[in-house]
Amino acid sequence: MEYISLFVKSIFVDNMIFAYFLGMCSYLAVSKNVKTANGLGLAVIFVLACTLPINYALQTYVLQPGALKWLGAEFADVDLSFLSFILFIAVIAAFVQLVEMIVEKFLPALYASLGIFLPLIAVNCAILGASLFMQQKEFASFGEAEVYALGSGIGWYLAIVALAAIREKMSYSNIPAPLKGTGIAFITVGMMGMAFMAFMGIQL
Amino acid sequence: MAQKLKDTILNPILKGNPITVLILGICSSLAVTVQLKGALVMALSVIAVTGLSSLVCSLLRNTIPNRVRIIVQLVVVAMMVILVDQLLKAGEGTYAIDKQLSVYIGLIITNCIVMGRIEAFALGNKPIPSLLDGLANGVGYGLILVIVAFFRELLGSGTLLGFPVLPASYIPNNLVILPPFALILLGCIIWAHRAFDKELQEK
Repeated sequence: MEYISLFVKSIFVDNMIFAYFLGMCSYLAVSKNVKTANGLGLAVIFVLACTLPINYALQTYVLQPGALKWLGAEFADVDLSFLSFILFIAVIAAFVQLVEMIVEKFLPALYASLGIFLPLIAVNCAILGASLFMQQKEFASFGEAEVYALGSGIGWYLAIVALAAIREKMSYSNIPAPLKGTGIAFITVGMMGMAFMAFMGIQL
Repeated sequence: MAQKLKDTILNPILKGNPITVLILGICSSLAVTVQLKGALVMALSVIAVTGLSSLVCSLLRNTIPNRVRIIVQLVVVAMMVILVDQLLKAGEGTYAIDKQLSVYIGLIITNCIVMGRIEAFALGNKPIPSLLDGLANGVGYGLILVIVAFFRELLGSGTLLGFPVLPASYIPNNLVILPPFALILLGCIIWAHRAFDKELQEK
C-alpha cells in the first residue's frame, strides 16, 4: 500500500518537471515532436530504474555515516557522504555508456531511433536529482527506492509527451513573434504545472 | 585579440545568454529563485564552478582521450562542486542556505552550462580565455537567476534579501512562490529579451 502511495505521489505530486524543474534542458530541447519525446522519455525511465537501485546500494553500504560497519568495527564511524556527488555521477555516466554499447551491439534498430539521446541522459538532471532526493528522503528499503525511481521516470515521461503533443498543435496558432518557440514553451509548461498542482495533497 | 577577448566576456551575458538564448541550465536554476539570497549564493557557486572547471579541462585538453572525455569532464566538475558544497557547509552564515538549496547545489554537476562550455569552448582554447568564458557564462546565468528571484521575492513575500520593502498593506501573492510561476516569469523575460533584440526571434 505504501508502495502505491509513493508511486502515485512521485508521478503526479512530486513530478520531476513541474515540482522540481529537473531535466528541463532536454525537456525543452527534445519536446518538438511526440515521436522523439517518446523515445527520450522511455530511455529516461529505463536509466532511472537501473541507476537508482545501484546508487541506493552505494548509499547504504558505502556512503552513509557508519555505512562501512560491515568491513569491521574500526570503520564504524567513517563518514564518506562528501563523496556522494562524484560516486553517483560516476555510476550514472558509466551505466549510460554501458547501455549505449550494449544497445549498439545487440539492438541496432533501437540504437538508431534513440540516436544522441542516450549519451545525453548522463547529464540529465532528473537522473542525478532522483539519486540526491533518494539520499535526502532516506528510503527504508530497496523496494521503496525502486518504486520511487519508476514513479519519477514515468512522471517525466508523461510530462515530455504531453508538452510535445501541445507544441505540435501550437505550431498552427498565431503567437507574437518574440514569444515564438521557447518563450511560449516556458509559459505552457508553467500552465501545465498549475494543472498538475491539482494533485497536491493526494493520499492513498 | 582585445576585441576577441571582449566578445568572449560580453557575448554570454547578452547575445548568447545561456538561459534565455541557449536554454541551458534551467534544471537547477528555477527552484532556487524563491528568495534573492538563495539565488545569489547559487549564482556565485555556478560562476565559480563554470570558471574553474573550464580552466582545469582546458589545461587537460591535450591529454584527455576523446572516447572517455564525458566521464573525465564529469569528474572534474563533480570535484569542483564538492569543493563549493563543502565550503558552503563550513561557513557560519552559509550553512543554512546550503540546507535550503538542498539538492540543487549537487545538481550543478549536471548543469548543462558547465558541460556545454567545456565541450564547446574549453576543449579547443587556451586556459585563460577558457577561464574567462566560463566565468562570463556563469555571470550570464546568475543575472537571469537574480532577476527572476528579485520579482519572486518582491511579489511573493514583499521583501528583498529578507528586508520588508513593500508596505504592510501589500498582501503577498502566494502563486508567485509556487514553481509554475518561475517558468511563466522566465517565459516573459525571454519575450522581453527577444522583443528588444529581433535577431534572436525564432521563425
